[in-house]
Amino acid sequence: MTTMSDPPSESFRPSQLLNDTRYRSYTFQFIALLCLIGLMAFLGINLVRNLAAAGLNISFEFLGEPAGYDINQRLLEYDSQSSHWRASVVGALNTLLVAFVGCILATIIGVVVGVLRLSKNWLISKIMSVYVEIFRNVPVLVWILIVMAVFVAVLPQPRDFRGDSPEASMFLDLFAFTGRGFYFPQPYFTVEWATGSTGWLIIIALLVGALFGTRAMLARATRIQEATGVRPNTLWINLAIWFVPLILACVIMGLAWDIPELRGFNFQGGIFARNSFIALTLALSIYTAAFIAENVRAGILAVSKGQTEAAASLGLRPNRIMNLVILPQALRVIIPPLISQYLNLTKNSSLAIAVGYMDLTGTLGGITLNQTGRAIECVLLLMLFYLTFSLAISAIMNVYNNAVKLKER
Amino acid sequence: MKKSVILGTVTIAGLAASAAAAATLDDVKARGTLNCGVTTGLVGFAAPDANGEWDGFDVGVCRAVAAAVLGDPTAVEFVPTTGKTRFTALASGEIDMLARNTTWTFSRDVDLKFEFVGINYYDGQGFMVPKELGVSSAKELDGATVCIQTGTTTELNLADFFRSNNISYEPVPIETNAEAQPLYLEGACDVYTTDASGLAATRAAFENPGDHVVLPEIISKEPLGPLVRHGDNEWGDIVRWTLNALIAAEELGITSANLEELAAGSDNPEINRLLGTEGNLGEMLGLEADWAMKALMAGGNYGELFEKNIGENTPIGLSRGLNAQWTDGGLLYSPPFR
Amino acid sequence: MSDTHAQSVAFVRDTMLPEQEPPATERGVIKWLRENLFPDWINAILTLVAIYFLYKIVSGAWPWFLNGIWSTDSLAECREILQGTTGACFSVLTERWNQLLFGFQYPNEEYWRPTLAFILLFVAAAPLLFAMYVPRKVLIFTALYPFIAFWLIWGGTIIVPIVALVGFIAAYVAFKQFERNSFAAGLGAGVLAAAVVWYVGGFLSSAMSGVLALPEVPSRDMGGFMLNFILGTVCVSLSLPIGILLALGRQSSMPIIKWICVVFIEFIRGVPLITLLFVANVVLAYFLPPGTNFDLILRVIIMITMFSSAYIAEVIRGGLAALPRGQYEAADSLGLDYPQAMRLIIMPQALKISIPGIVNVAVGLFKDTTLVSVISMFDLVGMIRGPILASTEWNGVYWELWGFAILMFFPVCYGISKYSQWLERQLATDHR
Repeated sequence: MTTMSDPPSESFRPSQLLNDTRYRSYTFQFIALLCLIGLMAFLGINLVRNLAAAGLNISFEFLGEPAGYDINQRLLEYDSQSSHWRASVVGALNTLLVAFVGCILATIIGVVVGVLRLSKNWLISKIMSVYVEIFRNVPVLVWILIVMAVFVAVLPQPRDFRGDSPEASMFLDLFAFTGRGFYFPQPYFTVEWATGSTGWLIIIALLVGALFGTRAMLARATRIQEATGVRPNTLWINLAIWFVPLILACVIMGLAWDIPELRGFNFQGGIFARNSFIALTLALSIYTAAFIAENVRAGILAVSKGQTEAAASLGLRPNRIMNLVILPQALRVIIPPLISQYLNLTKNSSLAIAVGYMDLTGTLGGITLNQTGRAIECVLLLMLFYLTFSLAISAIMNVYNNAVKLKER
Repeated sequence: MKKSVILGTVTIAGLAASAAAAATLDDVKARGTLNCGVTTGLVGFAAPDANGEWDGFDVGVCRAVAAAVLGDPTAVEFVPTTGKTRFTALASGEIDMLARNTTWTFSRDVDLKFEFVGINYYDGQGFMVPKELGVSSAKELDGATVCIQTGTTTELNLADFFRSNNISYEPVPIETNAEAQPLYLEGACDVYTTDASGLAATRAAFENPGDHVVLPEIISKEPLGPLVRHGDNEWGDIVRWTLNALIAAEELGITSANLEELAAGSDNPEINRLLGTEGNLGEMLGLEADWAMKALMAGGNYGELFEKNIGENTPIGLSRGLNAQWTDGGLLYSPPFR
Repeated sequence: MSDTHAQSVAFVRDTMLPEQEPPATERGVIKWLRENLFPDWINAILTLVAIYFLYKIVSGAWPWFLNGIWSTDSLAECREILQGTTGACFSVLTERWNQLLFGFQYPNEEYWRPTLAFILLFVAAAPLLFAMYVPRKVLIFTALYPFIAFWLIWGGTIIVPIVALVGFIAAYVAFKQFERNSFAAGLGAGVLAAAVVWYVGGFLSSAMSGVLALPEVPSRDMGGFMLNFILGTVCVSLSLPIGILLALGRQSSMPIIKWICVVFIEFIRGVPLITLLFVANVVLAYFLPPGTNFDLILRVIIMITMFSSAYIAEVIRGGLAALPRGQYEAADSLGLDYPQAMRLIIMPQALKISIPGIVNVAVGLFKDTTLVSVISMFDLVGMIRGPILASTEWNGVYWELWGFAILMFFPVCYGISKYSQWLERQLATDHR
């Protein structure tokens, strides 16, 4: 009862603590704080007592020790002698990779489905409704396992490609779609100075340059249009900006393709997308796309019909109406739930553990936890990672929301 | 359950916050059942049968301990644990002992603060491949896709093996044996690796076990044994000596067939001491005098448990090998009951 | 004048012509087809592509379904009967039916108990779901239902649920007694009364453990779709009140309470459910007094309830924020205190606005109960992935089993969301 900041009036009675609205809130907060402290103390004391009884301690030193296990998909240099910390980072990057690819894929599918669901074509809109309802109303874990089952049971395994009259063959002799994953041809540069990352850095630089180049061209076209009323045709010159340097660079650096080929137990060479990665990404994105489709549909429907009619009466063509009138207004409605779907997708990616994809839950929350037995530390770090990620995205979203808020005057 | 619900509600309300850590033996006796951690299902070692009754080699050890302590081999609550949950379950007191083919390693014993009470199966990590691949040695596995059951020492041994032989592989980590099985059978992995006994048990569950071979290389030592928490030595002694009693009984020729007869008294003083007709070994453990007899009545001696669950006449078909008595050239060697 | 005019009119129709049929392309099926399937080239192509794919799917799945075999004991026998033709092996469903629904450890002779509890669930839910058609007296049964269901599913003496029920009744009576003094006093008295009753009742139930006892089933024996259902219903019903409290706490003007609620909600919403299940599975035991033996299902219920209450709190907060400020002010001007204003004015409206959101959370939660299979609990998905697909007989039966899983979850989730849309229309009393 000592938390009151107001000096009590002379006629203060203890019953005021409960009955007087001025003081009651202090009483309640005091009680709540007591409960919270009590709960924390209860949990903390138990933890200390349990750990002492088991002779354990809380320590993060295990993160520096060699992990001892291998990870199949690694975006960083990693081998079994690297530390648990590095294994966690590799896992975290795998999580982010799935989340990134999954979000892009989910957005594309979701927008297409959402728009088609509003299509006047009865059959198409019905099919899209069925898609949305079926995928929304069945657990994502089931979808992940089903897609994985397709890989395991339906697609040909490398052993089917073997032998004199194989049951399966490569697509165009370039792509191999196997139950263990998809193999794609991989471009690489043969000229000596461009091998490794140098060549790719040059390509990226060219692409960035082309982006700025086209933007400049478009700005110039707009300026001319405003000055003269005639918009110069920029299509060909833009195409040239994009492709001529690229092709030249490829020829100079000696572009070649590494084509996957069955050698030994597996296909070797080329780009390999593992079955667990594809299963997880695909399942997460078709599942999330069903929700995104609903958001997109709601967003488009939220733009009142009068807007379309007004735009039409101004003489705009249908696709200009979509681009200039409906989308800008619909996006304001669509984006916030879209971001929360992205967050859901990222959080759901922790189900990777069901298909053996080595994301953060598989490395830090899986094998590292098993091997070191440091359950509390591992789960804590795992939660911290997801929490940081979510809060960061939420913060960005808040900034965005404030930026697009209707400026009312 | 219902008691724990109410107890749970009460603890959450913070009303009954005090509970002293009692000795495990007293807990088990007060509860009337033994909580024993086992696998989620590995035929031959611990798996529920069609009626939901647990059965297997590890289960036999649990039942023997329950019989020794409580006099009733069915007074066991089997708690299925995964590689991830087993140590927490034991450390937190959810289970009293863990009999889940767990490898005795330095770090588990010292760093994780557990006490391995003995070894009930000498195992080693092996590889299983389909016959049609024509592989005869693990060293030929360069570039292969390997399914690993995680949460064991398996992935560490595997990494070491491939690194020391300087060959590459593609690891596919799988949480449970049940999930690894379809991956391996459908060809999404070339190789399945886990303890040799586990491979045999898994292969036994295949439709055509003959299509698969276990490679000769054993790449690690995997002494599997039951374990308890550090610090409760009385309880550790009970589990340790129950296991030893099973092993010693085989060595001494005590079987479930002649148990009754020998319990009446024999001319071998060690048998008498073991079965409680002589000396006070039971009392020293804090148990009844006939504790070992009850333990043996639960499922017979070590050899009988072995033959019944994983021996050569079962679908799993493991030979005794290292797990024969020391008198037969194996490693099983129980300290004397004296 | 008039006659000149009459001469200038050559023809005046005084009867209407009979209505003509619209042209063939503008009526009936053809018109519908033209407007809805082939309005222009792009749509026509889309339609044809869609028809092609539908045909592919149906022609592929139909014989598979039609040739399905329902009565063998293993996949090998199925294959033998099918002789290489396509056909499903549905016998896995018939043979493992009980395992899929109840898990592999629930005693066979007790299956009637969860089944009965499941049927009674509909009776109990009816007055809540269809308040306008079902007599209000059924609500009494709804209130009793949790205790009956607990007794039916877990078994044991009936004294335990009765004690629990009496505790709640005592709490309610005490609350009513002291409510006149103040809401807080009533609340305190209620909690105290319930605690006393439960404490005393604990001794009573252990003393009379044989009264009307059904065989006890430990909760780790629960499994199959039943486990999903238990987790779903229990967690949704528990998280609703907690979610309301959290939402009110977050809106509160008391900084400490607000701060506690914000941290809790944001923390829970920021982490995936699977990590919370890991906590239930491998960490929570360290935070409880040594010797407490929570079973896994209870720990999981606690975690899922925390998870969903945070989401429900956010939905209700949205509802609270959507209420016009005038409603709060009107309640104040009537002289209602905070609990009264909330119970009588604010909450009924806010909850009504939040119904679609709450239902979404509930559906999501029900789907998320499958995640417990990751921590080695044998729910429907866990049964399929574990014991069934790994058994010698059913190695490789994927589509039948996963199809079954879809068939179990889809109607429930779809039904709930359709219901919420219906309810929304029923409750839409404004702007008409």
